[in-house]
Amino acid sequence: MTHLQLEAAPRINSNRRVRLPATPARKEAFTGWLFALPWILGFLLFTVGPMLFSLYTSFTRYNITTTPVWAGLQNFQEIFQDERFYTSLSNTFWMVVVKIPIVTVVSIGIALMLSLDLPGGRFFRTVIYLPNVLSGVAAVFLWQWILRPNGLFNQALALFGIKGPGWFVDPLWTKPGMVVMGMWWIGSNILIYLAGLKGIPKELYEAATIDGARGWAKTRHITLPLLSPTIFFQVVTSIIGTFQIFTTAYILSGTTVDGGPGQSMLFYVLYLYNRAFGKSGPAGFQMGYAAALAWILFIIILAITLFQLWLAKRWVYYESGDRQ
Amino acid sequence: MTAITLPTERRSKIQATVRRAGRVLAWLVLVGIAILWLVPFIWMLSTSLKDPTDLMNKSWIPTRLAWENFTYAFSYGMWEQWTMNTVIITLVSVIGTVLSSTLVAYAFARLRWRGRDWLFSLVLATMMLPDVVTMIPRFIIFAKIPAFGFQGSRNWINTFLPLTIPAFTGSSFYIFLLRQFIRSIPMELSEAAKIDGASELRIWWSIIMPLAKPAVAAVAIFTFQGAWQDFMGPLIYLQSERLYTLQIGLRQFEHAAGGAPAWNWLMAASLVVIIPVLIIFVLFQNYFIEGVQIGGSIKG
Repeated sequence: MTHLQLEAAPRINSNRRVRLPATPARKEAFTGWLFALPWILGFLLFTVGPMLFSLYTSFTRYNITTTPVWAGLQNFQEIFQDERFYTSLSNTFWMVVVKIPIVTVVSIGIALMLSLDLPGGRFFRTVIYLPNVLSGVAAVFLWQWILRPNGLFNQALALFGIKGPGWFVDPLWTKPGMVVMGMWWIGSNILIYLAGLKGIPKELYEAATIDGARGWAKTRHITLPLLSPTIFFQVVTSIIGTFQIFTTAYILSGTTVDGGPGQSMLFYVLYLYNRAFGKSGPAGFQMGYAAALAWILFIIILAITLFQLWLAKRWVYYESGDRQ
Repeated sequence: MTAITLPTERRSKIQATVRRAGRVLAWLVLVGIAILWLVPFIWMLSTSLKDPTDLMNKSWIPTRLAWENFTYAFSYGMWEQWTMNTVIITLVSVIGTVLSSTLVAYAFARLRWRGRDWLFSLVLATMMLPDVVTMIPRFIIFAKIPAFGFQGSRNWINTFLPLTIPAFTGSSFYIFLLRQFIRSIPMELSEAAKIDGASELRIWWSIIMPLAKPAVAAVAIFTFQGAWQDFMGPLIYLQSERLYTLQIGLRQFEHAAGGAPAWNWLMAASLVVIIPVLIIFVLFQNYFIEGVQIGGSIKG
């Protein structure tokens, strides 16, 4: 299981196969397409088709029941003057800018500790990963309960003489509350970093030790560069994930579903949902408007990812020299 | 890692002590983290067994074990129906995802066909595409596809179809994961079967599937976990109460007591909803952990 071949694929599979009679190559090509057909169909029906359709919809006014009415750039013009759009965008960026660095540093720190092969390592790994199997409404309720103004978390802070804030009540503290809550789910990041650390050849450390390098120098010059592809991958996927925060914000927003106190948890996808399906706040079933929001989101994510790929050349270290 | 070339024995002794102290410290930190990580679960269990008068006090052990919280949780709404719905949707999603993803992954890993590498780069590209981007048009499309009265609906909205049928087209991420795994299975095994006249379908089903069991299991349990706890999908597509899943039911339950949520009932209900996921985790934790690590190694 662990000995996976993850290197770039050889151009044509090194299939040393016995030639069978009756044009086996053609038969295999046909089978190949046939087997891949489910994905191809799904790609066309549930990805490309919808993308193109939503591009069209974004230029219309459309509430599903009537036919779409062409509106040109009107949706986009309205979006750029829409206060909730900017609120949701800045809330989302807040999470990206604050949460991802914290998660990255803490995850690498814990992964480094786990990589020491201390007694009970398996147990620690399991426990730290455990919350990651929970993702739904129940987990949000649990943290809503723990982070109540007089809840368990603030009681614990009080033991250290700290007066805990009104986490999901005070608009200033809702997003920090989500960061605190989010720390419970860093287990999968930690496991991925741990796998990355395990992949670093021991000889490099031995060589460095002989050269006189010590603790921090080894971390700085061996561990971090060799871990950088993993860090890069994690940051890219975390940003995409952060842009999609929904369930947590939806539940914590309460019955209005408009981002809770001071719209401080109005995240991009929550706002998009409200425009498309919402029953409160700005009227729902504005499919044209929502489709335009979705396309803007797509472009933002694409731009950030491309920017990161460009940035990666400066800091991501690829051992074999092949970049992906 | 023995410090052979260090100048004096004394220096190496100090270093060894520092390293030992570091290891002890790290171990203590890990113990602390493990406790912190478990506390929410224990608090959930503790709260779920408290009666209302007990709810606001800080004790970990309820003065009286209020088991009736669980009977209350079960008696509210249509829990049996919702559980059935969730089981059906989850089961169909798991079967659909596993069958289609392994089949497609097999085609990408083992068969040679024109356009394969090009299509595979498309698979990788769609992995990065957020679902939300296609959420609106998918809803519109499902609202146009006739369901012929299935689950009492004229179109796919308010049926299980949008939540299950797409699973049969495979998931890009799992296709990638399985392809990597299938490539590591020795070629000789399927070659031998081929010489014996086995069809590709047969090789996929009776050779590749069993040998790829760890990866297939990881895909199955991740799909289970995702489908069981999916909130946004059912929220968008299911409107009738009789079709709700547990996640939507749980959300309804929040305000069942009217006004502020009754936390002891809510924790009892939440616990019931997460227990299947926890059981699966305890039984198959190695598959989870290895699956995550394979998933993370896409760094190229």
